Amino acid sequence: MTCHTVARPQDENAASSFRTVAVVGPPNSGKTTLYNRLTGLRQKVGNFPGVTVEHHIGYVRNADGEEVALVDLPGIYSLNPKSEDERVAVDVLNGVMPGMARPDAVIVVLNANNLHTHLVLAGRVIALGLPTLVLLNMADELHKQNGGVDVLAMAHELKTPVALVSATTGQGLEAVTNFLSAATPAPEPLELPVVGSTRSVREWAVRVGENSSYRRPATPVWTKRLDDVFLHRFWGPLIFVVVVVAVFQMIFAAGKPLQDILQTFLDSTGTWVGQMLPDGLLRSLVINGVWKGVGSVVVFLPQILLLFLVIGILEDSGYLARAAVIADRTMSRVGLNGKSFIPLLSAYACAVPAIMATRTIESKRDRIATILIAPFMTCSARLPVYTMVIAAFIPSRALLGPFLSTRAAAMLGLYVLGFLMAILTAAILKSTVLKSKDAPFILEMPPYRWPTAASLALRLVDRGKAFLYRAGTVIMVVSLLLWAATNFPMHNGQPPAIQDSVVASLGHAIEPVIRPLGFDWKIGVGLVTSLAAREVIIATLGTLNGIDAEVHSFDLQRALQHELSLAGAVALLVFFAFAMQCMSTLAVVRRETNSWKWPAAQFAYMTIVAYVSAFAAYRIVEHFTR
Amino acid sequence: MGKGVRIEMELKMIFNFIFGRKQYRHHNSDALADLRVGERAIVQDLELDHPIAEHLMNLGFVPGLEVSVERSGPGGDPRVYRVEGTEVAIRRELSRHIHVSLVGAPAFGD
Repeated sequence: MTCHTVARPQDENAASSFRTVAVVGPPNSGKTTLYNRLTGLRQKVGNFPGVTVEHHIGYVRNADGEEVALVDLPGIYSLNPKSEDERVAVDVLNGVMPGMARPDAVIVVLNANNLHTHLVLAGRVIALGLPTLVLLNMADELHKQNGGVDVLAMAHELKTPVALVSATTGQGLEAVTNFLSAATPAPEPLELPVVGSTRSVREWAVRVGENSSYRRPATPVWTKRLDDVFLHRFWGPLIFVVVVVAVFQMIFAAGKPLQDILQTFLDSTGTWVGQMLPDGLLRSLVINGVWKGVGSVVVFLPQILLLFLVIGILEDSGYLARAAVIADRTMSRVGLNGKSFIPLLSAYACAVPAIMATRTIESKRDRIATILIAPFMTCSARLPVYTMVIAAFIPSRALLGPFLSTRAAAMLGLYVLGFLMAILTAAILKSTVLKSKDAPFILEMPPYRWPTAASLALRLVDRGKAFLYRAGTVIMVVSLLLWAATNFPMHNGQPPAIQDSVVASLGHAIEPVIRPLGFDWKIGVGLVTSLAAREVIIATLGTLNGIDAEVHSFDLQRALQHELSLAGAVALLVFFAFAMQCMSTLAVVRRETNSWKWPAAQFAYMTIVAYVSAFAAYRIVEHFTR
Repeated sequence: MGKGVRIEMELKMIFNFIFGRKQYRHHNSDALADLRVGERAIVQDLELDHPIAEHLMNLGFVPGLEVSVERSGPGGDPRVYRVEGTEVAIRRELSRHIHVSLVGAPAFGD
């Protein structure tokens, strides 16, 4: 075995405390819980340039009361530069990550219940030569299950401070604040098998464990018992279906009303604020521009928070991994894995929280594939459009006795259409650009645990903030642009009627393109404004026809019948089923993939699919109705 | 092929015959996918591309270590394996490429 000596670099001002400290640890080591416990709400999310990997920077006071920045790096098992997550960690620890100075020290968080596996990472990190603190987390579980370890002996073996802690109970965390104040003198050089293969480092880890009388704890009895039920041949899938229906109901039945209440509240406060302003451009800017823009961002919050609450409970309790095992067989048929199931399901409510939920998928390619197909699922914003067009064009007749009417069948057909296109797209993606030879389904099964309220709350705040700041700004800008397009050019200081606005010119401009689909310029205007949110097309068509769409929906249906032929109506439905008519989704995709490449490709792909399919639908229906 | 190995192979075939194991398992090592729930084996080698093999080794599928089949997912795929303190779910398509030897006939002393 190759051993070599790693000298700890002598800090010039070793007496002063560390300023920046990186936190690394394998997935399932409780690193995030520990990090949240240390920094609380004083953290912000960031992306490294050019990669999808996310990191947090938070602040904590050391034993001397000085502030130290803690950088939370992605969960990693090793320092292998072939994986994106691990390359980011290596770059940060070596100080070559652009925009981030080399950390002064590292904290390695390991799961004390699984030291033989996790010490491999500690060995590799210590070998980098930065001052290192090794935290053996989940001490409470270790002791409860009759495990044990001699921390002093292990510190002696690793020649660096080691502490037994519990992020859930807070036990032993003073070791961190002491370490951060650099009260410990720079330790002597240490010897590690750094150049060895995984196997030799592993053998080293087992030896370290033996020398520090490490006793691996027994598997918690409850985990075995619960798995007997949750992964049971018969009960497992049944419980899975119940959980899935509950999640779906939660987002649909609780999220949508909350969203409506919030919308009503925003509308009335908007009107109230508007009354205090003089009539004119400023009032319009404030109410229809800024306030509507803010509104179109925050209305997503109830659904996002609810979904992350549910997913947080599922993930922290350990059930999400079991659900993934159960869903995997079905999902593997379309080339995805079990972890894509819950995000895709929530896309039926709204693609925005669904896309944010894909972060539970470890495999990068599967995650991108799931993000790209999620907007094909029939979200709740499509429903008002479907309902109105179907009501206007499809006569209500019984199809299967009392069970299925023609209208319900049309609605169902649109759901199926979106689903089939999602599967087709997944199959195309997974056999071409996202061919994932490097990431088959390998899933660590954590033991069952009680989720803690603090960790759930922090996750909600974190996701809410990430959405508002990063995606919200994009949504806001597009809202303002759309407002400007409907309010210019002005005549004598007054905003124009919508027929004379920039939006109308856009509608006229795209008319030649959409004419083959059976759409006129008014539908074109609706297509432009519906980028704000799909259902906006209804209000726009109402305005263009001088009808209040909310009060006189029947009049609007009559107006639509003049505007569109049956073939055009079918084309419109098909177009809405496939097109990416949602800037909020695009903004979230940009935020989650950290690049404009994916949302741009997605927009182009979905628009082309929608256009071609709508054209085909138009011609087919026209052929049969002539 | 050494004499000892051949005897071991034959013994194993007899064992397999008696206990109804499939006949095609006449190699010195079996695939992890062929083990039944509850059986234990020693990992021999991972016939997989480097990043996947590396990932599995990081999770504890290191040659020489013991792995057991904990349980089968509904429908038989994926299955949950235990290596040391970790439980890992793996699809059959992958566990076919992890070569193991049943405990009782380890390839090297352990």
